[in-house]
Amino acid sequence: MDFSELFKLSGLLGKFSPDGKCLVSGGRPLRDFLCWLFRIFVWSLEQPDWHCKIDEGSAGLVASCWSPDGRHILNTTEFHLRITVWSLCTKSVSYIKYPKACQQGIAFTRDGRYMAVAERRDCKDFVSIFVCSDWQLLRHFDTETQDLFGIDWAPNGCVLAVWDTCLEYKILLYSLDGRLLSTYRAYEWSLGIKSIAWSPSSQFLAIGSYDEKVRILNHVTWKKITEFEHPATVANKRTIVYKEVEKSPSVETERLSFPPTRALASSLFSTQSKYDIAQVPVSLQYVKPVADRANPKMGIGMLAFSPDNCFLATKNDNIPNAVWIWDVQKLKLSVVLEQLCGIQCFQWDPRQPRLAVCTGNSKVYLWSPAGCVAVQVPGEGDFPIVSLSWSSSGDSLALLSKDNFCVCYLEKEEVK
Amino acid sequence: MGDWKTITVPVLSSDSKNIFEYTSEKKISAPSMNSQVLRLPLPSSKNMHSFFSAFCTEENIEQSISYLDRELTTLGFPSIYMESKEKELNLISIINCMNELLVWQHKNLRAQEEVEMQHLKLSSDMDHLQNCYAKLKVQKLQNIISSRATQYNHDMKRKEREYNKLKERLHQLVMNKKDKKIAMEVLNYVGRADGKRGAWRTDKTEARNEEEMYKVLLSDYEQRQKQLLVENAELKKVLQQMKKEIISLLPPQKQKPKERSEDGPVLSDLEEDIGELNKENMWELSCETVREQLTNSIRKQWRMLKNHVEKLDNQVSRVHSGALNEKDVISREDHELQTEKLELEIQQCKEMIKTQQQLLQQQLMSPCDDDTTLLLQDCYLLEERERLQEEWTLFREQKKNFEKERRSFTEAAIRLGLERKAFEEDRGAWLKQQFLSMSTDYKHSENVTTPSAFLGSSDQDNRLVKSTSQQRKPHCMLSGPVSAEPCQTPQYIIRNSSSAASKKPAGDSKPNQWVESDKEETQ
Repeated sequence: MDFSELFKLSGLLGKFSPDGKCLVSGGRPLRDFLCWLFRIFVWSLEQPDWHCKIDEGSAGLVASCWSPDGRHILNTTEFHLRITVWSLCTKSVSYIKYPKACQQGIAFTRDGRYMAVAERRDCKDFVSIFVCSDWQLLRHFDTETQDLFGIDWAPNGCVLAVWDTCLEYKILLYSLDGRLLSTYRAYEWSLGIKSIAWSPSSQFLAIGSYDEKVRILNHVTWKKITEFEHPATVANKRTIVYKEVEKSPSVETERLSFPPTRALASSLFSTQSKYDIAQVPVSLQYVKPVADRANPKMGIGMLAFSPDNCFLATKNDNIPNAVWIWDVQKLKLSVVLEQLCGIQCFQWDPRQPRLAVCTGNSKVYLWSPAGCVAVQVPGEGDFPIVSLSWSSSGDSLALLSKDNFCVCYLEKEEVK
Repeated sequence: MGDWKTITVPVLSSDSKNIFEYTSEKKISAPSMNSQVLRLPLPSSKNMHSFFSAFCTEENIEQSISYLDRELTTLGFPSIYMESKEKELNLISIINCMNELLVWQHKNLRAQEEVEMQHLKLSSDMDHLQNCYAKLKVQKLQNIISSRATQYNHDMKRKEREYNKLKERLHQLVMNKKDKKIAMEVLNYVGRADGKRGAWRTDKTEARNEEEMYKVLLSDYEQRQKQLLVENAELKKVLQQMKKEIISLLPPQKQKPKERSEDGPVLSDLEEDIGELNKENMWELSCETVREQLTNSIRKQWRMLKNHVEKLDNQVSRVHSGALNEKDVISREDHELQTEKLELEIQQCKEMIKTQQQLLQQQLMSPCDDDTTLLLQDCYLLEERERLQEEWTLFREQKKNFEKERRSFTEAAIRLGLERKAFEEDRGAWLKQQFLSMSTDYKHSENVTTPSAFLGSSDQDNRLVKSTSQQRKPHCMLSGPVSAEPCQTPQYIIRNSSSAASKKPAGDSKPNQWVESDKEETQ
């Protein structure tokens, strides 16, 4: 594993993509942009003299994203007044009115052909499906949601999942042509869906909810096939629990010198940690949030399927230090990773079942079915990693803190 | 009321066991109690006798009676003493008191039962009410929440509308002011991702987009259907295999006729089913009836297999517990013994066969033994003897035949001899006559022709005689091998013709001799 130098992460809304400041879009040349309050500057890495400036006018920008083909930029104006689609090829502009101000209001299909946009008009939710090639409106339909919270395409691009606000547990599944395929409601009255994830084969839809459970729906009947519970005590004998423990650094006193070298200083002050296998039953640190505050830290906040469809990684916000890894083929809990600090982010390697976890310290943790390892990021000072991102080839991993980032290069395992 | 003994004071002492006072803690509370009186609950029947005697013993009869009297009077019963005389017990009043006490006891028990029943009822009612209360509470809370939710939604919508209005206004204001500033400056145009030129948005493109969308959906559905078909086919195959295996596992219904009667029609059904559902094309059909048939038949057979296995389990458990009711069930030890016996038998048979084979081998392969050669020789001799015997019999037969022939020849020869003799005599006689007649006829010689014939004949006879004499000699020679003697007779006949009369007896004797010699020979 090699680590790069720490780089400055600039801009308030700097969108950094892994692969070393690259955005791979269909294998085409690569751009990067910085976005300020009213303007967007676009550069090309391949053609350094090419650039583009977009002025949005007095309406500021809330969000900006690329289209999948890399030729259009979608800007969401302030107050979600509208979405402007700027074309870099034709210099033309399209507007999408009444976009919905929600977390995941825009969703592209994996092949980049269609885009779904959530809209809200007269206190009713709608979804519009556009063809990305010419931005023509394909379908426009209303959804039976109170307050649409998010939309997500299935990887096969044929089913769109639409789910409601957390006050109502309701998820709707629409076909590409706008027909309602199915509705699923697990229960009423309590706080509902917190996060969802599609399996890469589109076979399963995992729904994480505020009741600390994950429910898996199958793509044939859209009915629940199982639910995963996240109790505070792990009692199953077959589950492996990896517990992160600190090990004090061993310093050889002869090597001490004055003034202390950088490496020595960093090694003295940073604590090494390793994994131990804890004996089942293990009781995990459980946090019960305050009941009268909004957006409580409870329920399943993070869900991710591994690219080979074998594992599902979840995080229960009630147990903030643990990552739960479920075996999808057997529908059982396989591994629990218990960390010393709260989980900030985890992401699967896009090529193999390898999970990278960061917990806000300067270590990155990797798990694979072969085992689990904690790696200290070398460097001076503090580097609290809050987010990470794999490159599409799975060779490198970008680690981001608030102000800095660093790229970690992973050696390919030799095949014997 | 039962048997009651007449109780008088002296008898009481001996039957003190019958008197007993049950003092329940709730009712009686005599503070100054006789120390011998015990507050005890009703004892069990085992120690009844010993307990009964604890209150009143032989020593404290008077005291116990007076105590009882006090208690009963306080309860409202009449005194047990006689009215007139003290220290004498009133039997009737005692009996009445006892009866009253028994009646009281029954009443109390009934009351207690009722109270317990009520208690149970009340407690169950309580539970029920508590549940109802909890449910009602939940419902109430839910109603509260729903009412609040509707209120909230209403408020939210109102606020949203306000917000939208504001947004619109802001949008208008903003757009109006800085319309020109919205611009995009691009240094160079960038080619499209797929290299084609941009197209206008027309109806055609719309239709094309629709088409594309439906194609995408269709391909996805087709793919899924293929997967499902493959899965279905595999599952059907597995089911068919399972069915076959279950059928093979089920026992052949020979031993137990009972089962046969039950499963007989089912088996025939099974065979029919197998015949029907094993056809290749049946697998392809996915209509309801075929599917149902398959699943139903598998369920049926699975049930049968389950029953069979359960029966086997029962048998095994019964064997273990020792009860061998079934005839075919043999205990393990017996089974083992039998197998051992059979194995021994097999061993012995094998050994016998081996020895037999060895002997056979010896017989065939090694004849150089003396004993065997002698044996063999004996065998050969026997063979020869038998053959000889056969030849002997043949020979004897032939001999007999020859003898027969010889006898016949000799008889013929004798006959011939006799005939010759007779002929010779006749000839002799005729010759005589002839001679005589010749001499006479010489006188008469011209008229006798017949004698010429006769003469001729006599000449012939002479010639005959001569020829015969000549012939006799060869005749004699011819008949030589038969016997030598007959050739003597013609000589004898010649002599006879000359001197027939004298040698006749000799001639007769000779044939006799001849015959006798013949006889001798035959003997």
